[in-house]
Amino acid sequence: MPEKIGVYFDQASISPFLKGEDLAEFVGKVFANECPVIKCHPRLNSEEGRKLIQEDIDAGNVDAVLICGTSPRVDWDIFNFDNVMVERVNLREQCIKVFRNPDGSLPDPNGEVPELLKIMANEYVKMGLMKLTKGGLSEAQVISSTKVVMVLGGGFTGLTAALYAAKTNHDVILVEKQDTLGGKAAGMYKTFPLAYPYLEAHETGIEDLIAEVESNSRIKVLKSAELTTLEGAPGEYTANIKVGSGSEELPVGAVVLATGWVPQDTKYVEPMGYGSSKVVTAAEFEAMVKGGTMDAESVAFVLDTRLSEEQFAAEEAAVAEGGEEVEEAKAPAAAEGEEEPSFVYEDMESYKHLPYSSELSSLVALKQANYVREKNEDGIAYIIYDHMMVPGVNERYYRAAQDDPGIMLTKGTVTSIKEEGSSMVIAASNTLLGENIEIQADLVVVPTGMVPTTAHDPTINLVYRQGPAFPDLKQFDGYADSNYICFPYETRRTGVYAAGCVRQPMTMGLAKEDAAGAVLKAIQCINSANHGVAVHPRSGDNSYPIFNFMRCTQCKRCTEECPFGALDDDEKGTPKPNPSRCRRCGTCMGACPERVIGFDNYNIDMVGSMIKQVDVPDDMEVGGPRFIVLACENDAYPALDMAAMRGKGWSPYVRVVPVRCLGSVNTIWIADAMSKGIDGVLLLGCKYGEDYQCHFMKGSELCDRRMENVADSLKRLGVEPERVVQSELAIDDYDKVSDLIDTFVNDMIKIGPNPFKGY
Amino acid sequence: MSKSILVVGGGFSGITAALEAAEVGHEVFIVEKAPFLGGRVMQLNKYFPKLCPPSCGLEIQFQRIKNNKNVKFFTMAEVESISGSKGDFEVKISIKPRYVGPGSVDLSEIIEKLSNNVTDEFEFKLCDRKALYMDVPFAFPARYVLEKENCTDEDLKLFAGVDAIDLEEEEKVITLNVGSIVYATGWKPYDVTKLSNLGAGTVANCITNMQMERLAAPSGPTSGQIVRPSDGAQPKNIGFVQCAGSRDENHLNYCSYICCMASLKQAQYIREQYPDAKVTVYYIDLRTPGRYDKFAKRILSDDKINAVKGKVAEVIEVSGSGNVLVTVEDAETGIKAQNEHDLLVLATGMQPSLAGVPVPTGVQVDDQGFIVGGEEQGIFAAGCAKQPLDVMKTAQSGTATALKAIQTVIGR
Repeated sequence: MPEKIGVYFDQASISPFLKGEDLAEFVGKVFANECPVIKCHPRLNSEEGRKLIQEDIDAGNVDAVLICGTSPRVDWDIFNFDNVMVERVNLREQCIKVFRNPDGSLPDPNGEVPELLKIMANEYVKMGLMKLTKGGLSEAQVISSTKVVMVLGGGFTGLTAALYAAKTNHDVILVEKQDTLGGKAAGMYKTFPLAYPYLEAHETGIEDLIAEVESNSRIKVLKSAELTTLEGAPGEYTANIKVGSGSEELPVGAVVLATGWVPQDTKYVEPMGYGSSKVVTAAEFEAMVKGGTMDAESVAFVLDTRLSEEQFAAEEAAVAEGGEEVEEAKAPAAAEGEEEPSFVYEDMESYKHLPYSSELSSLVALKQANYVREKNEDGIAYIIYDHMMVPGVNERYYRAAQDDPGIMLTKGTVTSIKEEGSSMVIAASNTLLGENIEIQADLVVVPTGMVPTTAHDPTINLVYRQGPAFPDLKQFDGYADSNYICFPYETRRTGVYAAGCVRQPMTMGLAKEDAAGAVLKAIQCINSANHGVAVHPRSGDNSYPIFNFMRCTQCKRCTEECPFGALDDDEKGTPKPNPSRCRRCGTCMGACPERVIGFDNYNIDMVGSMIKQVDVPDDMEVGGPRFIVLACENDAYPALDMAAMRGKGWSPYVRVVPVRCLGSVNTIWIADAMSKGIDGVLLLGCKYGEDYQCHFMKGSELCDRRMENVADSLKRLGVEPERVVQSELAIDDYDKVSDLIDTFVNDMIKIGPNPFKGY
Repeated sequence: MSKSILVVGGGFSGITAALEAAEVGHEVFIVEKAPFLGGRVMQLNKYFPKLCPPSCGLEIQFQRIKNNKNVKFFTMAEVESISGSKGDFEVKISIKPRYVGPGSVDLSEIIEKLSNNVTDEFEFKLCDRKALYMDVPFAFPARYVLEKENCTDEDLKLFAGVDAIDLEEEEKVITLNVGSIVYATGWKPYDVTKLSNLGAGTVANCITNMQMERLAAPSGPTSGQIVRPSDGAQPKNIGFVQCAGSRDENHLNYCSYICCMASLKQAQYIREQYPDAKVTVYYIDLRTPGRYDKFAKRILSDDKINAVKGKVAEVIEVSGSGNVLVTVEDAETGIKAQNEHDLLVLATGMQPSLAGVPVPTGVQVDDQGFIVGGEEQGIFAAGCAKQPLDVMKTAQSGTATALKAIQTVIGR
């Protein structure tokens, strides 16, 4: 806790309405003991202003700095003092610029300074001081981490990842289920082109890759091996691996998941004629060519998978319609059960893996059409497609195929695939020629859906309280993919990074990139654990949640709600933190009904004390109402800043308190605010549900659920539950936010004063 | 020898590459030509398939930059020359004057007083701006930039006594010693004036997909209202022309990867704003691979969004109404039809930024301007400088490139 706080006011930020001297005088009166240094500067974010502060730090006059002026989102490069706590009070954007009189009018710069503006500024300064006094610099919880990267899967992606990690000076354990390395690539005759000019298929080069891996002294290759359990946390995992008939227990720092895919159950292509001896899947065709048994003269590659998709989608819809009631009846029984259900893995393979594989299916068809031409001078290949799914540079490969007179490319909707005499007949409509056509071929090749290994099995087998698998797999039909567009390696399990086709069906070219990316994240994670700091998105944060176990009632809420599965528990239910799994979102702190969880730099008391700085007038008619806005600091808070920059404003009765994530909002803050007489609390957070935008996955969703619970407690207190409102606010909603706040304020005023006022 | 890494280009892949390397402990320099970081994604309204705002992820990236002293960046900066070799490059960087110093100041009052209007290239000429500006409210760094050459003498007088502005600032050249170099120079929209059959940019209500992004963006010239450029009217019948320049030997001989998803996304923008509007997408193939299939199915389930397989042969303006007449050859029937739209969007392709511009020694490009090879020399390409990609794959590529760059500088 800081003892000597220096408070600095930036006059440029608060002109023309406020004078730094007045604010300084206020702080001097109220916080004389805590703040030995209180200064004003005409432009604090200048070289001179920075010097003023630095000199006080160097002279030992202050051990913490409170800068009152511009938004913390700017001037970070100026106010970046080392070895002291720095806190910023956003007087320019979120006080001066947004201030409106109660009637919505702008204050008159030449008139008298509105009393409400002075109150607002003083309260924001007091909140900043609270933030400093209730916080502290943390000491990182360093893990002496194992610098071993475990790569699961010895196919093309896994081999590539292993080499990347080894060449970045890390020891590698490569775990392969089969007794040979190479995976799917080893069974390929060729690959479609992976490099410029992208015109011709070529050898996969897998043998060389295997040889390189096997001769690398940093890589320990375990064949016929399977990961049975992965215990612990990033930087200090223990991998239990079954190798042949024995087993090994090895220390692991982080994991690259490259277990790839398995061919989809062929039942899903039966509507496309599979089952006939003249219909094979692309995977089977590849093996025929590689094995030298492909002797068909004319081969038709059918890419339009509508026949299969429509049939299975209809079946799925029928099941869903019939199944709903059954599920509903089951739900309450499960909730009542005391026993925790043992883990049952739901298989996620479905017809949907066909469209997921569309790009690869198209490229493979082009490649295999070339095989037909290569193996037989008179060979003819037909490709019947709905959309030729060759995005990007692979267009060139498609074009090259178009130049071959023996490859017939036909756009069409396939209506039937039937055996007729000694050949197959494919009927299609809507072709380029505008009429229905029939194509005869010796052999029909249908696509192979690429089903990720994680659709069938947890694969990573974590010994985590929340279960052994990635929790979001269902969202991606089993692929171990990320919900994030900007951060494709971010999932809900720190330390395990998927690469290659287990994440998405992808070409070998992209799989190679993906392997490198996943290795970087694995190395970064080990490194961060070693320094005791968080990984994305709070990279470098050295705080971590601290538990006061004396007061823990083993209610398990924190362990259940942690989006990252960072908390395990013992038999009694006492949480066991794992700092290197933790992303410092504060969801556990928000969940805890006993309020025993907090961070050095962010805790219940800190935000609670900030809220307490808001003086609530006893009489709403005289002093006006008061409202608290708890705003997600990643999205809602910047939106508020930008609204200010764009000339928007809102009610002078509102105080904004930034929170790390709505998931960190503890209901005690709401209850305390209400018992203080605050007339309403507005929570601004990210979109949740499918396509959620919360950087901590579940924060805004969990908060919403907690607010439902808080409603009951408020009712018991005699406070209208309508006083607590949660709204979705995206970072680009800056033109909407002032209306949103003002509507909230008006709704609250209609409810009338909080009955607790004046107590 | 140097363990530092230079990243050329401060767009999404460059920022990603820089941050991922810096968070493993390496010193990284980002060199960005524009006055702000963020690149192309700064101009986008939403990302497909989630329809989420790009500034959301950028805010996190910028926070990561703010919190990491390993990352240093230069804006308005360009690589002049590269000498030396892997592990020990000497790179000369020229930095243009910004005329606005560090320290956030509100110059909005002065901006209002400036006389000249300058065509806003960031907004794809949809509007003008002043010579002192920030592109968007979330611009990073949040520091204005001044174009002295676009100021009148009267304008310049306004800056007297404004301590944030230094009119004497001059171009400077700095030298960096780095061990490896990442080229993340990204892409530019294909020049629409080359598409003569599609109006060549002269038909007022025939806009590009990037212009549509700006029209739909809350930070854009219309604060997010999608209206016709000619008269500000609300469009009711909008057409999209796919492969405007892409998959065409005379223009771009590859597919630009993103345009199909982008048009479907933009169709959604329109439908959200105008519940009665009709959208027609003219395409050759709808390329919505992998997980985008779900997205495409969702958008196309709207019966007011219609996808028509057909190659657009011609685009002309209808005199009087300002509508756009599209001649389309239905690929399925072969019949040529003429359809009138009140707003037409050309899904212009993605051309590498290095196309048609001189590149420093050591950087190799193919016939289209995409970077090929160079990895053995310690120069790595990331993102769309290498091939057309979506944002997610760009981020993967940036992360991957960070690893390769690190591998080069750590030695063994």
